[in-house]
Amino acid sequence: MSLSASRRAALEEAILPPLVALAIVLVVGDVLILATGEAPSDVWAALVSGTWGNWYGIGQVLYKATTLACAGLAVAVSLRAGLFNIGAEGQLAAGGFGAAIVGLALPAGTPGIIAIALCTLAAIVGGGAVGAVPGVLRARFGAHEVIVTIMVNFIVLALLNYIVAAKLHVPETLHTPSMNAGTVPRLADAIPAFHGSAANWTILLVGAAIAAVAWYLFRTRAGFELRAVGLQPEAAEYGGVKVPRVWLRALVLSGAIAGLGGVNFVMGYKGYYEDGFAGGAGFLGIAVALVGRNHPLGVVVAALFFATLSQGGLAINAMVPRQVVEVLQGIVILAVAASVPEVRRLVRQAVSARGVAASSAAAAPSAPAGGSRG
Amino acid sequence: MTPGTEAPTGHRPASAVRMAGVDKRFGAVQANRGANIEVAAGEIHALVGENGAGKSTLMKILSGMLAPDAGRIEVGGREVTGWTTAQAIAAGVGMVHQHFMLVPTLTVAENVVLGREPVSVGTFDRDRAVREVEELSRQSGLLVSADRLVADLSVGEAQRVEILKTLYRGARVLLLDEPTAVLSPPEVAELWTVLRRVRDQGTTIILITHKLDEVMAVTDNITVMRQGATVERMRTRETTPEGIARAMVGRDVDLRVRDTAGNGGTRGEVGGRAPALEVRGLTVRGARVEKAVNDVSFAIAPGEILGIAGVEGNGQTELLDALAGLRTVTGGSILLGGQDITHSSVRQRGDAGLSHIPEDRHHRGLILEYSVAENLILGQQHRFTQRGVIDRARVAANAATQAAAFDIRPSDPSLAVRTLSGGNQQKVVIARELSRNFIALLAAQPTRGVDVGAIEFIHDQLRKARDAGKAILLVSAELREVLTLSDRIAVMYGGRFVAVMNRADASEEVLGPYMTGARKKTETAA
Repeated sequence: MSLSASRRAALEEAILPPLVALAIVLVVGDVLILATGEAPSDVWAALVSGTWGNWYGIGQVLYKATTLACAGLAVAVSLRAGLFNIGAEGQLAAGGFGAAIVGLALPAGTPGIIAIALCTLAAIVGGGAVGAVPGVLRARFGAHEVIVTIMVNFIVLALLNYIVAAKLHVPETLHTPSMNAGTVPRLADAIPAFHGSAANWTILLVGAAIAAVAWYLFRTRAGFELRAVGLQPEAAEYGGVKVPRVWLRALVLSGAIAGLGGVNFVMGYKGYYEDGFAGGAGFLGIAVALVGRNHPLGVVVAALFFATLSQGGLAINAMVPRQVVEVLQGIVILAVAASVPEVRRLVRQAVSARGVAASSAAAAPSAPAGGSRG
Repeated sequence: MTPGTEAPTGHRPASAVRMAGVDKRFGAVQANRGANIEVAAGEIHALVGENGAGKSTLMKILSGMLAPDAGRIEVGGREVTGWTTAQAIAAGVGMVHQHFMLVPTLTVAENVVLGREPVSVGTFDRDRAVREVEELSRQSGLLVSADRLVADLSVGEAQRVEILKTLYRGARVLLLDEPTAVLSPPEVAELWTVLRRVRDQGTTIILITHKLDEVMAVTDNITVMRQGATVERMRTRETTPEGIARAMVGRDVDLRVRDTAGNGGTRGEVGGRAPALEVRGLTVRGARVEKAVNDVSFAIAPGEILGIAGVEGNGQTELLDALAGLRTVTGGSILLGGQDITHSSVRQRGDAGLSHIPEDRHHRGLILEYSVAENLILGQQHRFTQRGVIDRARVAANAATQAAAFDIRPSDPSLAVRTLSGGNQQKVVIARELSRNFIALLAAQPTRGVDVGAIEFIHDQLRKARDAGKAILLVSAELREVLTLSDRIAVMYGGRFVAVMNRADASEEVLGPYMTGARKKTETAA
């Protein structure tokens, strides 16, 4: 049982929080729906059929989950290094803007693969550059990254708003002209069932990024050191890790991942940068990381969960106010933060009680259960 | 196992404390199983056992901090099973913790009366508080002036304030948890005087400890715990340290101080060969003081252990941090095998041949959430990496080898280090630091919080490294450990080396005055 123990703990880490979140949503949601005078079963049915019940709904959920997964992964990477990046919103916007600018600058006939590569790189660089600001300030001067990332959000969002509104917008709108090259095809082009949904092939890119980050965190020396810094900076320092350097690296990486999320909207959906397109997805990334317990796999599950809620909110809009879903999101974040450690403790106790019962039944009756403490 | 836990022959009529059949379980860990202890009124009773034997749990149950799963507890003949801390204090059971719980910005008198302040006309009566505390101080022999700020007190004085606090609350049963960990030998001697006096005034004292010389010095009776159970009860004057150790560990333990001097630079005659580690005029800034380490120079030859004796907080931590590259040096230089490493990074020092057992394994030495295998490569992760990727097969092979060689239990290296006992956690650190290629080893508190069996093992490992020609700088709060292992001994006081002598010239009596700063002399053999 001991060899599987670490694996089971990892699995628990990834799966348990979303399950707890789901349970909370069901209970609190029932109460909220009853308060509006509707039958919970009808509303839940509408929510499910409007999301996972048809190809369009699935496509929309996947589309939203793609952006959320990037934002969540960005926050998760920073938290793994012991830093709290609140700046994913601005980094997401900066990434999208970078992609759009390069797409505008490229000549119209640029081959798709080259254009997409360049635009994606621009998104990564854009987000990474914004992440570098708190990174440098933290590493060099010890400035607290929470304060800095919040402030940088204001600066970046205001700056992009100014650039688009004053220099780069299509008249009567707040978005840039369409990119000449670098758009990502929709899933519907290959699978007609997705017709009408924004789902696009960025999802593969993000999937690859998630796998790469998981590999980086758990297989490479840099990841070993990054997690060490997050868990016990003094022990990492003792282990020869240059802690400030890891802080900088983690915040740049975090920003770059958030920036990659901008690809989904700009290159995969609209083909241009639109002011305010992030629409809070960067902030929701904090919740995604929290519910996903900072694990890449957990982030994927949590992103799908929040995307389902978000899309489901539209599906049930006719029956209950859309705000019900927003309230649910808020409650999930609070409740998961507070309840997951507690739930995990209960699971442990149940498991160990069963294990002890089994082992003492097998062993001689006088054998001490649970082993000695040495 | 000896079933000798029944009451003593019984010419003392009333038991101050009686605990019978106490069980306490935390999750999978059975901290107490059927523990029995009987303490007569007006005696000093030792509760001894290895780390994790369940001493602290038993005393926390007695003081009301924990409720037992089963068993019966009586204080002064009255059953009190499962009482609360407030009830325990009201009934006169007071606990002095290892870590002081004092408010540094308040005076001694204010700290002592805190929570039971004498009041006149609804306001705090400071004069009466000072009077009462002075009176209590005189009566008990716990001398400390009532008007001083606690922040200005020495550790020994602060401890006296803690004891005064419990006495002020009317404690008739006093529980002391490892009270000498932070004291110098003269302060320890004073503490014993005070405890005897307090006992003679009718207070019952239970002393939790794992130091056998303390048990022999001051206690009347002994209860020994092993793996949660009380395995033996004995009279102090009828037993020996070996007898107690045998009961604690469950087998014979070699307690002799072995004077197997190293084959290297004893008598400090480093001149012949290049020293492995040489420090010249080292000065290091501290958190609060300008010079936590003040112009310290020494050299250690290959195959030599230099021990640093001293009361904690006299610059030992800063000295080792500076040597390890964890703290900036403000003056002087450090040479390792002739190579200047004064400004090298931690990794460069490691590669140059410096190994380091840090004093605080929970803080620095281990990453508690990481597995045993991962912790066994901490600091050497670049050696287990190929093109940036950790070579998991080699990490696993290394872990299997080390776990076997150093008897790390449980032997599954995929377990988080957090789940190991203190002794086994320390073995992980020792295994890692001794198995790397090194010239010099910094060993800070290598056996702190480690049980008797593991101490023996760790000492053997250090001797083996010394005999293999390594230079070792040993820092320990346990004077006995310094005396046992070192070839030369330096005493650190106020950031300086106030004395350096050969092992043959050193003893607790010789070192004591230097440790308290009462004596100073120039270095004779450095």
